[in-house]
Amino acid sequence: MNKLTVSSSPHILSGDSTRSIMGSVLLALSPTLLAAAILYGLRAVLLCGVCVGASVLTEHIWCLAAKKPSSVWDLSAAVTGVILSFNLPASLPLWQAVVGSVFAIAVVKQLFGGLGCNFLNPALAARVMMNISFTGSMTAYSFPADAASTATPMAELGELGAKDFLPLLVGYHGGVMGETCALTLLLGGAYLVFKGVIKPHIPLAFIGSTLLFSWLFGSPNALLSIFAGGLMLGAIFMATDYVTSPYSDLGKIVYGLGAGLLTSLIRIYSNSSEGVSFALLIMNLVVPYINDFTRRRPFGEVSAR
Amino acid sequence: MPTFISAPRVRGISVPHRKHTDDSATAAITPPGEVVIPLSMHIGRPAEALVKPGDRVFVGTLIAKATGFISANTHSSVSGTVKALREITASDGSAAACAVIESDGLFEPDPGIRPPAVTDRQSLMDAVQASGLVGLGGAGFPTHVKLAAPAEGKPPLDILVINAAECEPYITSDNRTMLEDWEDLKAGIEAVMRHCGLRRAVIGIERNKPRAIEKMRELFPEKGDVEVLPLRCSYPQGAEKVLIANATGRAVPMGGLPADAGVVVLNVTSAAFIGSYLRTGTPLVSKRVTVDGGAVLNPGNYRVPIGTPISHLLSEVGWEPERAEKLLMGGPMMGTALYTADYPLLKNNNAILALTSEELGVYRIDPCIRCGRCADNCPMGLSPVEIALALEQKDLTRMRNLFAMNCIECGSCSFVCPAKRPVTQTMRLAKGSIRKAGGR
Repeated sequence: MNKLTVSSSPHILSGDSTRSIMGSVLLALSPTLLAAAILYGLRAVLLCGVCVGASVLTEHIWCLAAKKPSSVWDLSAAVTGVILSFNLPASLPLWQAVVGSVFAIAVVKQLFGGLGCNFLNPALAARVMMNISFTGSMTAYSFPADAASTATPMAELGELGAKDFLPLLVGYHGGVMGETCALTLLLGGAYLVFKGVIKPHIPLAFIGSTLLFSWLFGSPNALLSIFAGGLMLGAIFMATDYVTSPYSDLGKIVYGLGAGLLTSLIRIYSNSSEGVSFALLIMNLVVPYINDFTRRRPFGEVSAR
Repeated sequence: MPTFISAPRVRGISVPHRKHTDDSATAAITPPGEVVIPLSMHIGRPAEALVKPGDRVFVGTLIAKATGFISANTHSSVSGTVKALREITASDGSAAACAVIESDGLFEPDPGIRPPAVTDRQSLMDAVQASGLVGLGGAGFPTHVKLAAPAEGKPPLDILVINAAECEPYITSDNRTMLEDWEDLKAGIEAVMRHCGLRRAVIGIERNKPRAIEKMRELFPEKGDVEVLPLRCSYPQGAEKVLIANATGRAVPMGGLPADAGVVVLNVTSAAFIGSYLRTGTPLVSKRVTVDGGAVLNPGNYRVPIGTPISHLLSEVGWEPERAEKLLMGGPMMGTALYTADYPLLKNNNAILALTSEELGVYRIDPCIRCGRCADNCPMGLSPVEIALALEQKDLTRMRNLFAMNCIECGSCSFVCPAKRPVTQTMRLAKGSIRKAGGR
């Protein structure tokens, strides 16, 4: 007879794993990568590959140096790489993409303890760092082959009209490689909600409140503005990052509302085109406080007498 | 009317059902030549031994007597001779006093057995205490205590909740109770309602037991005092507080008991046993258990004398010991892993599972990714991820402020954790450290 294993309950666990979750996210991101390839050519795919390669390699080397088992197979570094590349213009010099990836993994993620311990979203923090460091190439938005635009729709929100809806939806306009095709981003988000990887609270609250506040602040094209810029990418794939978002449903709604408010404020009252990025970075920082104020009420709580 | 805290519907998680033995009618096994009966198989004060080596005992002879109100009697499950009184190491590591009884194979009932005369609440409580009944759902709390009239200032008891959720995977013994012992069950429910002045009863059954639901509906007509309530299959539907909330809409206040919500909860097999005891006067000496798991050759439900060595039960049923990775008393979500198959079958056992490594799965523990699933799925509304962090920082105040003591250890948080972290086990550590510091 075998030696019996003794451990405390429970004795069976669900089939989900960190890797299966990250795998689902990669799958949800893939239609947008395909869209980027069609819109911006194979350069977009190359850029994505470089970001993923640099992120995964950085993670692996870090683990070797720290003498811990390599965590590249949990796929979290690959997800960071793909999302970072989606935040870059397709024409970005590859060495800059490498610098951004190393920064995301080594500085933002691993220096603070690795997966689950970073207080900022690695891809997001890297995007902001690169925007400040490589302003020229980071804002040299690429355009689909013969799109007649000259700038990202964010810079010309005032001039958008109903005829621009379809281009905005399919991404036939300027921008960074993974933010323009709202259709595939929404598709990916729907898949993640369906698979139970994310809850819809943050994206809905974020996008809804951006719409509401943009309208309240007098944006001429509030409805179109939610398809423009990095809102879809940010709301669906970056704001829902587990580590840097609140736990409870109420907390997620508060977080989404806050991000939407900040995004609208920045978009309307500042010159920066980085509305979503800064809004999310700020919201990342207040997550612990949101958690404290929005925790679920425990079962059978007796009100203080 | 006293007002109770109202509870929102508690939703749980999906666990596999694996109820392979749903349709397997209870079978007998060849009884063992010797039983090892722990004198105390309940929560509360230990029972006191009444027999010594060499004593002749019968089926139902009292061998250990309750030593107070929150204590329970223990009876012999065979007729024969007491060979020894000795200690075994219990599954939790403590020492448990046991009577080793050699069976004469005759199963002669104790000549003193006769149906009890029950006329009111007190005589019902006395009878139930005499019967040795403890909560058969697994907790092992002496049942008569729950039937007591509420203390001064407490709300009156008005609802009987019969726990027939049976939400643990594999286990089907409660299902078989409803299908096989329905007459005793009906009598038990009616006796408890009548003598304890409970105006209505709710039988909560998960929908994966359609035949039991149908049987109960036949037994208890619609619009009567006894409601048959099919429940969603959602773990831990059968956890006491969850069941009370979903069956009555009342919440048991934190740190309180079902009585604080005006409710008496009885496991369905406990209720059926009360009926059988009132009819026959035979104490709790045998149990119906589900024997299942990948290492078991003939999974099914079996009636087994209490104190039967599990190794005897398993070899009677047929098993492949070399394939068993874990041997569980109870279900895979809350059951106890045994260190030896020589362990005796207890009163509150409802299943013996010999699980293979394929059924248990092999997992790697990853870092916490703060997905919040543990908090999202906690039936008690707790935030295990944050309690674990507070434990790491040895921050007792924060653990208390996060209501760690409210954890019912159902295992949902560990089950849903994608990083396969031992979340429930961490909650136990947190509770332990609060207790150690004298907290509750």
